[in-house]
Amino acid sequence: MNKVVANADEAIKDIESGMTLMLGGFGLCGIPENCIAALVRKGVNNLTCISNNAGVDDFGIGLLLQQKQVKKMISSYVGENAEFERQLLSGELEVELIPQGTLATRCMASGYGMPAVYLLAGVGTEVAEGKETRNFNGKDYLLEYAFDSDYAIVKAWKGDTMGNLVFKETARNFNPMMAMAGKITIAEVEELVPAGELDPNEIHTPGIYVRHIFQGSNYEKRIEQRTVRKRS
Amino acid sequence: MALNKEQIAQRIAKELQDGYYVNLGIGIPTLVANYIPEGVNVVLQSENGLLGMGPFPFEGDEDPDLINAGKQTITTLPGSVFFDSAMSFGMIRAGKVDLTVLGAMEVADNGDIANWKIPGKMVKGMGGAMDLVAAAKNIIVAMQHTNPKGESKLLPKCTLPLTGVKCIKKVVTDLGVFDITPDGFRCLEYAPGVTIDEIKAKTAGRLTIADDVKEIVL
Repeated sequence: MNKVVANADEAIKDIESGMTLMLGGFGLCGIPENCIAALVRKGVNNLTCISNNAGVDDFGIGLLLQQKQVKKMISSYVGENAEFERQLLSGELEVELIPQGTLATRCMASGYGMPAVYLLAGVGTEVAEGKETRNFNGKDYLLEYAFDSDYAIVKAWKGDTMGNLVFKETARNFNPMMAMAGKITIAEVEELVPAGELDPNEIHTPGIYVRHIFQGSNYEKRIEQRTVRKRS
Repeated sequence: MALNKEQIAQRIAKELQDGYYVNLGIGIPTLVANYIPEGVNVVLQSENGLLGMGPFPFEGDEDPDLINAGKQTITTLPGSVFFDSAMSFGMIRAGKVDLTVLGAMEVADNGDIANWKIPGKMVKGMGGAMDLVAAAKNIIVAMQHTNPKGESKLLPKCTLPLTGVKCIKKVVTDLGVFDITPDGFRCLEYAPGVTIDEIKAKTAGRLTIADDVKEIVL
């Protein structure tokens, strides 16, 4: 078993134009910075990206948008990105906006081998248009399908050579479900340790879900909204 | 005087009860955390994966891995816990969150809410709002009573795309506090210096005035 690769370029070498990618992160928190940079370098295009957000203009998935590498975004909130809005309003970019919990749960369903789930979010709104509904205990629910993706690309705090992952604080967010949901999952980690060094009780994502893992470098970890209080 | 944003938040904070798990949306709702009454212990849920959200960090202590759903740097309190987004919305969906406070562009007198899209203009997305309004047991909307053009945001029917249907229980605006009842908005309290006539004039939806209507006390 050899899951460890040298770097992001090696990890993403088989990703091709036109593929569907899941990208972990919430805002700019817990995003796979190294792999996004490698995708920009590789220049693959016509990508469908499933990610809660679309980054900001010059960071995160925004870097892929700048190079017009994205055909379609599937997200819940894309508010912080002017280039995204421009491409959307001009028709260059397709977007499917779906409720955040539905996004998370459709990833989860995929990782748990469930083809679809019934969810309440969006009933009676335009999100429900064209969707099959079913009534349980007097309430209508929408049938929502598990996501199908070629690759999931996630970012963890620590990982080991078996692909086991540990996330830090709210940088966990969508990463564990996406790690489980990808047909092929790539994990970039801040610290890669030999198998046996992580406490098995404290692993969030079992390595069975991870195909390629590498230790990333030069993490910028940009803060989107720096909010502080004064020391009194 | 109509309430300012801080005062709207302060009034909503009086609805918090000891032991509540609470999700606060972006904008005025976030300010509610600054006015939690003495002796009332609540746990703040942030839907990006945290229970036990604390105040903003001191300058220099910001941690890029620790943010709230508004992407702001925050801290944790003793007893806090992190989890993934699926579990986060699982606890919301399962009704474990006692109270949700969120902003709105429009609220209808049957409890419908619109707060995520202005067709042709704003395409930011719904984030977690649809999940929250579909599932929360108790939802309070915090907003201005009228839009910048002076038009009522308390309507007979929402004109913008809906976020949720018949889900809002209470609205707190700069002018007053309103329950949503089968007869429409019911004015329970008015802001100091605001008259019932002004509230009537600025409420487009069905409106009744509680017999024991009183001035808001902050």
